[in-house]
Amino acid sequence: MSWIRKTAAELADALAAGEVTSVELTQAHLDRIAAVDGAVHAFLHVDAEGALAQAAASDARRAAGAPASALDGVPIAVKDVMVTEGLPTTCGSKILEGWIPPYDATVVTRLREAGLPILGKTNMDEFAMGSSTEHSAYGATHNPWDLDRIPGGSGGGSAAAVAAFEAPLAIGTDTGGSIRQPGAVTGTVGVKPTYGGVSRYGLVALASSLDQAGPVTRTVLDSALLHEIIGGHDPKDSTSVDQPLPALVEAARLGAGGDLSGLRVGVITELSRHEGGQGGWQPGVMTRFQESVDLLVKAGAEVVEVSCPHFVHALAAYYLILPAEASSNLAKFDAMRYGLRVVPEGIDNPSAEDVMRATRDAGFGDEVKRRIILGTYALSSGYYDAYYGQAQKVRTLISRDFEAAFEKADVLVSPTAPTTAFKLGEKLDDPIAMYLNDLATIPANLAGVPGISVPSGLADEDGLPAGIQILAPALADDRLYRVGAALEAALLEQWGGPLLDKAPTLEGGAR
Amino acid sequence: MTDTLVAFDDVLASYDPALGLEVHVELNTNTKMFCGCPAVFGGEPNTQVCPTCLGLPGAMPVVNAKAIESAIRIGLALNCEIAEWCRFARKNYFYPDMPKNFQTSQYDEPICFEGFMDVDVDGEVFRVEIERAHMEEDTGKSLHVGGATGRIHGADYSLVDYNRAGIPLIEIVTKPILGAGEKAPAVARAYVSQLRDLIVALGVSEARMDQGNLRADVNLSLAPKGSGKLGTRTETKNVNSFRSVERAVRYEMQRHAAILDAGGSILQETRHWHEDTGVTTSGREKSDADDYRYFPEPDLVPVAPSREWVDELRGTLPENPLLKRARLQADWGYTDLEMRDVVASGVVGLIEETVAAGASPQSARKWWLSELGRRANDAGLDITDLQVTPVEVATVQALVDNGSLNDKLARQVFDGLLAGEGTPAEIVAARGLAVVSDEGALSAAVDAAIAANPDVADKIRDGKVAAAGALIGAVMKEMRGQADAGRVRELVLEKLS
Repeated sequence: MSWIRKTAAELADALAAGEVTSVELTQAHLDRIAAVDGAVHAFLHVDAEGALAQAAASDARRAAGAPASALDGVPIAVKDVMVTEGLPTTCGSKILEGWIPPYDATVVTRLREAGLPILGKTNMDEFAMGSSTEHSAYGATHNPWDLDRIPGGSGGGSAAAVAAFEAPLAIGTDTGGSIRQPGAVTGTVGVKPTYGGVSRYGLVALASSLDQAGPVTRTVLDSALLHEIIGGHDPKDSTSVDQPLPALVEAARLGAGGDLSGLRVGVITELSRHEGGQGGWQPGVMTRFQESVDLLVKAGAEVVEVSCPHFVHALAAYYLILPAEASSNLAKFDAMRYGLRVVPEGIDNPSAEDVMRATRDAGFGDEVKRRIILGTYALSSGYYDAYYGQAQKVRTLISRDFEAAFEKADVLVSPTAPTTAFKLGEKLDDPIAMYLNDLATIPANLAGVPGISVPSGLADEDGLPAGIQILAPALADDRLYRVGAALEAALLEQWGGPLLDKAPTLEGGAR
Repeated sequence: MTDTLVAFDDVLASYDPALGLEVHVELNTNTKMFCGCPAVFGGEPNTQVCPTCLGLPGAMPVVNAKAIESAIRIGLALNCEIAEWCRFARKNYFYPDMPKNFQTSQYDEPICFEGFMDVDVDGEVFRVEIERAHMEEDTGKSLHVGGATGRIHGADYSLVDYNRAGIPLIEIVTKPILGAGEKAPAVARAYVSQLRDLIVALGVSEARMDQGNLRADVNLSLAPKGSGKLGTRTETKNVNSFRSVERAVRYEMQRHAAILDAGGSILQETRHWHEDTGVTTSGREKSDADDYRYFPEPDLVPVAPSREWVDELRGTLPENPLLKRARLQADWGYTDLEMRDVVASGVVGLIEETVAAGASPQSARKWWLSELGRRANDAGLDITDLQVTPVEVATVQALVDNGSLNDKLARQVFDGLLAGEGTPAEIVAARGLAVVSDEGALSAAVDAAIAANPDVADKIRDGKVAAAGALIGAVMKEMRGQADAGRVRELVLEKLS
């Protein structure tokens, strides 16, 4: 089997055993990108030269007997919403086209310090607004399972890169499901850590109170390995949790043993009913979900039904809080200091305001404009209490729902997304249908609790991947890894190998 | 366009003024409010910047703990409550000198609130109530190039310097100050002046109005006399000296009255004070249309100063200004009248420092109040902005005390100091100002003066000692002022006795 199909943990072992060099691994992935990314379009920018230089440095460290971390030398892809010194960072937007950041995000600094060569920057919905990656100003990413379908979003690029074996690891960001939903629809693993668990410094903010960066991988253990590298307190992010991370890798290894005796698993009623409610749950997704719950029981877990009555209002609250914060966060893109600058024609002596207006009109896509307008409205004097204020109250109620649910259960579960990957273009003209994709993932962002999406199998209707979401109380990210790894082990046994082995082989499509 | 004004006394016959003052204090922390960039004045443009204060994508703020400490100390000195829990908020508006197009400020949860300051106005104590003191960051500075006025209109292009962006500010807002009547301009001035003294005593800011460390916005409205109502206000900005505060209040009172007398109504707007012409002009219109869309800053966590810390900071406060004044008056031996003049002229702190540098209280009062006060007035400056330091005044006085200078020569040393010619010693040397103590030369000059004025000499010989002045004057003229007049008098009287 070629190197690209191995997990990050396997690659780390091979590097440690001297069976391969980081330069070879990095080159293998660059070759794969060259071979398939023309069809997948997971990357916005590939940094072959930089990645190979970092790989060479890693090999030198290892030769000197001083690897920098467990993943030293294992290459990675980074979502284009993380600033990277000297590498373009566009956030999928024309307004940042050509901008080269003068500094690294803390996550990127930690990757560099840990010795992971950065292959490039991955595609995303513009400023992370979307659930399909179709809102990228640089063209959509395609789902490796079916190139006519969406890879999820906003982090479709990172998920597709990992699913297409273009990278063993990737960094994603999750504001309402942008790591977990792409994970579900591409058959990969994605983790949204506890809010504050991974530094947001250098993550170009969509909604500051919701954004969280996390691992995108093919296995639960790989996510744990990556999470331990990027996580932990950062003095540059005031909202970062000033506590040591729980032992995540240890939890993943423990979970892989398959014993969940004594664990209470809560099935969230509001997010797991076929009938009624919002969202239109696809039967095949529900079937795979129910089977996964059964496997947890088989591993010794006790299943309880929990009700989170305010979750039905989560989507509405989210679409007030997110646009409100985004309208303010995106105000800085005004052509005055960096990025696109459009001087309007037909105006004598255009003012700074004229230039700002013309630049923002040309530089932002429709979905970004839609949310800026929504958010500006929600914060307006006279409407603030009715919209933003009310949404914050709902947010509090959702947090209380979680608190009550975690009294009854150690982890909560639901399907990650209501459906498998839909066709490119299918929901582009229906923003509400698009927003409903994040129905199950949004509550975790509103409450700041951690979540993981693990592949649950292929839906019978369309043979496409579905995911199960596991949620834990804030700061108990280790539970995600224990339960996720146990479920993954049981499913692998059932499938007779990784789910991605069932994905079609990608042919050609050179960049 | 010239505003119509009503005579000040006539304003008071028909209206009650209501004042409100918003004072921005630039803190003297080493670093900026939300990043580690140096917060010093005068660097080359855009050299004291980083991703955070430039508002680069992805950058995040971290609160400067020293700025919070300074805010709390200011609040305590103003008798404010200190919030147990408060947050920053975003004030959203677009302007090129705002790196993020929102200002990180405080909105409905200020760190300090409900305080007061007792202000001494001509010996009468006037209580100014403080609504709030909150923390915020400064903006960058726009420089409009080309055009006649340096204002944005008519400029060819504009430059922005972000060195100032993110410098910590404390904004101190009074409640409406009612019942000041004719003293409204003086109350405004005394409040700002005493606030500055307090800030200086706290050591939290350079507090120089000419450099913009301390900036006052003056709100004023008039209501029909005795109505107990509040009229429509204007907010006058760019008021950069104590004197201007007083003048701006007076001007706006007179301008409002003229509009109201003519049956007009006041437009709620921002006005700009013009130091040179002593008038205000209309700035941008301010109305309910200004919607800053405030919301809690999600990139920062709440500020929750512990009560222990607040109590600890309470212990670091300087003496209450009014009590301190009483103490200083006693120490210095000033009469009530002398003290009132000193306070009204805003030189208490300067005299204190001059005395500390070794001068007698009376000599310090003499120089600051008469000589230097006159010069500041002539130059249209606040006395605190004169380029003479208390230590220099004390040095000059020491030279007078040891006979090296007389008062007339000392004034020339001040000329030299104001012209930036160096230290007092350097100026004395360069201008050749030392008193001639060569007895031979002095004696010869006295002899020459007696010889040249025989009539006067005779009068003195006859016992008309008062006539000696003419001879002393002649000698001093001959010596180009560089003689000790007392010694000259002694010599004249000796020789003619």
